[in-house]
Amino acid sequence: MAKPTINWAAINADPTFQDFQTRKSTFLWRLMIFSVIYYLLLPVGAGYFPELFAKRIWGPINVGLLFALSQFVAVWAVAAVYARRANRDFDAMTTELLKRAPLIGAGK
Amino acid sequence: MRRASTPGLLVCVSLALPGTAVEAATGAVVERYKWLTLAVFGAVIALTMFVTYVAAKRVKSASQFYAAGRSVSGVQNGWAIAGDYLSAASFLGVSGLISLYGFDGFMYSVGWLTAYITVLLVIAEPCRNIGKYTLGDILAFRNDPKAAKTMAATSTIVVSILYLTAQMVGGGVLVKTLVGIEYEVSLVAVGALMLAYVLFGGMIATTWVQIIKAALLVIASLLLVTLTWAPYGFSLPGFLEAVVSDQKVQARVASLIGDQATNMTPDQLGQRFLEPGLLFTDPVDQISLGMALVLGTAGMPHILMRFFTVPTARDARVSVLWAMAIIGGFYVLTLFLGSGAAINIGATKIIAMDEGGNMAGPLLAQYLGGGPDSMLGNFLLAFVAAVAFATIVAVVAGLLLAAASAMSHDIWVGIVKREHATQLEEVRAARISTIIVGSVAIIIGIVAKGQNVAHLVALAFAVAASSNLPCILLTLYWKRCNTGGIVLGMTVGAISAIALVLVSPNMTYPLAVRATNERAIQIATETIDKIGAERATATDATVQATLDKAIAAQEKAKAAARDVIAKLGDDRTSMVGLEEPLFDLRNPGLISIPLGFLCVLLGSLLYRDRRAEELWSELYVRQNTGIAAEAAVAR
Repeated sequence: MAKPTINWAAINADPTFQDFQTRKSTFLWRLMIFSVIYYLLLPVGAGYFPELFAKRIWGPINVGLLFALSQFVAVWAVAAVYARRANRDFDAMTTELLKRAPLIGAGK
Repeated sequence: MRRASTPGLLVCVSLALPGTAVEAATGAVVERYKWLTLAVFGAVIALTMFVTYVAAKRVKSASQFYAAGRSVSGVQNGWAIAGDYLSAASFLGVSGLISLYGFDGFMYSVGWLTAYITVLLVIAEPCRNIGKYTLGDILAFRNDPKAAKTMAATSTIVVSILYLTAQMVGGGVLVKTLVGIEYEVSLVAVGALMLAYVLFGGMIATTWVQIIKAALLVIASLLLVTLTWAPYGFSLPGFLEAVVSDQKVQARVASLIGDQATNMTPDQLGQRFLEPGLLFTDPVDQISLGMALVLGTAGMPHILMRFFTVPTARDARVSVLWAMAIIGGFYVLTLFLGSGAAINIGATKIIAMDEGGNMAGPLLAQYLGGGPDSMLGNFLLAFVAAVAFATIVAVVAGLLLAAASAMSHDIWVGIVKREHATQLEEVRAARISTIIVGSVAIIIGIVAKGQNVAHLVALAFAVAASSNLPCILLTLYWKRCNTGGIVLGMTVGAISAIALVLVSPNMTYPLAVRATNERAIQIATETIDKIGAERATATDATVQATLDKAIAAQEKAKAAARDVIAKLGDDRTSMVGLEEPLFDLRNPGLISIPLGFLCVLLGSLLYRDRRAEELWSELYVRQNTGIAAEAAVAR
């Protein structure tokens, strides 16, 4: 096990790690909050704005149905945005940290 | 206001309503083609058994048994997650809801996909990075291992058994309705298969059974949707135009909205099918359910466990993305399955087979193949029935594995043996736990025959969302979280969710049931008088015959309502001694989830735990980076 050779507190205090995790968590929680609010708009709209939802737009397709379908698009879009960012930035930062991990705080 | 006659969302979800299958004692499959059904069932079972046989040879270590040696690829795990998640309730229940209630049914299906956002963003990768085999491992990382593992294992077993019972009972009723096999027989068959997969093949076999099931489910749905949609040139407005102008749909809407329908044109009635409000009348309850889904899925032990089967956090991410593509795609298809059943079969026929609408998909398959008398129609029906069966066994196998792992890994190895057990001992303990949990599930299933287990699925999600998720989330992301918070949060979250359901409208209230049925008898009597008067003046023989039939149907409804009243006997109160619900929501999430979070916060602040603070740096670095994560077993 590599465990004893790693100084966890030092990594946690490391500016690169701090920067990485701040950027990552801000990004994640923003996406999370957007998703939850967008999703809850569906029951709210259906329950409190039935006239709006019943408005026809394209043949028999109404606002409500389009909004329900847009939920799928929104969820997939959030997933795609996250995947892109994680694959491009987060993975690179993780690899970088993994490489440096045994060195951080080892000198003390 | 809640309509008393609405079977209700939860009923449909669990696929089990007492007396649901009365009409279909012989099953949806025509007697002449029963061999065909058995052949298709046999083929599916044989395939899964072969996979189990191959897997069994590889299961030697604990890592193989619980986590398939962490050698499942991201794509494979994505399919397995979809297989673990898409229960018969989603396959048959949601398309049924759409066929009966239009827009509201579709709205219901959205939350199941949104749930995976939580899993993707905040749960999958960190849990893969710090976890080993169970929820208990995650919570024990920096908290008192004994307390955390006890809480996590108890919660895992409770959630799994709740969900398992709903699936088993629902599955038994379903197989009976589909092919006419007796409830007890199908229950034991499902139980035996589930035991065989997990016992011999552990996570490896369970994973492959789930992959096979997900693939079959996707093939079946795509096939049915193609056949349904093709006549309309794959045009969405064209197809929906056909839905709203269909007489059966218009009649269904008219019967749902009662008096409001009198001033509406047929076109307006049809359009109403695509508008909200035919099933759900309480948006607060909807939001409550939505919260339980969005936060509960990520706390489901059997879903969590799937992330320990992949080699790295990156694979965990890939697997959620695949799962989201499959699950989302599937739920979009339910719109076509449900609406297709509404126009091709009609609500009346669907309800005649099963009140919750669960037979919409199978009946649609039979129709698309050429109807009840055709060989192809019965083959398609048999195929869909076999897919539904595979769906049930795959889901229950995942649940059984999760519960058994909690029992053997957390309780026996972690607490009783104080982490001192050899690989061989641990695998043996896992197998013994599998037999115990599996047998208990089968026994509960048989005892619960005819019981309304409808609320159990929603309850399982609510408990997971109120007890497991707050603990996982806060131990991963909040420095001050500690053992005190875990113990208090888990206990209060789970107990409040269960208690709120026990006093909610989900339970059976004899007084209300009696009143509803007395009203039904009264309405039927009035209708009979009305038809009787018409019958007396009718001269045409065919008209007379139709009216006679209508009277007979009303008499039957009356007799059924009388039976229900007779069954109640002198009961006046629900299971917990209430005459009417104390709490108005069917879904407790809105109250119990914030309560769970609050208790984790309070418990953590009131309790002092050095270990939790000391290990914070390690946990936080590891969950973010995956340094020192459990490695894959080389094949």
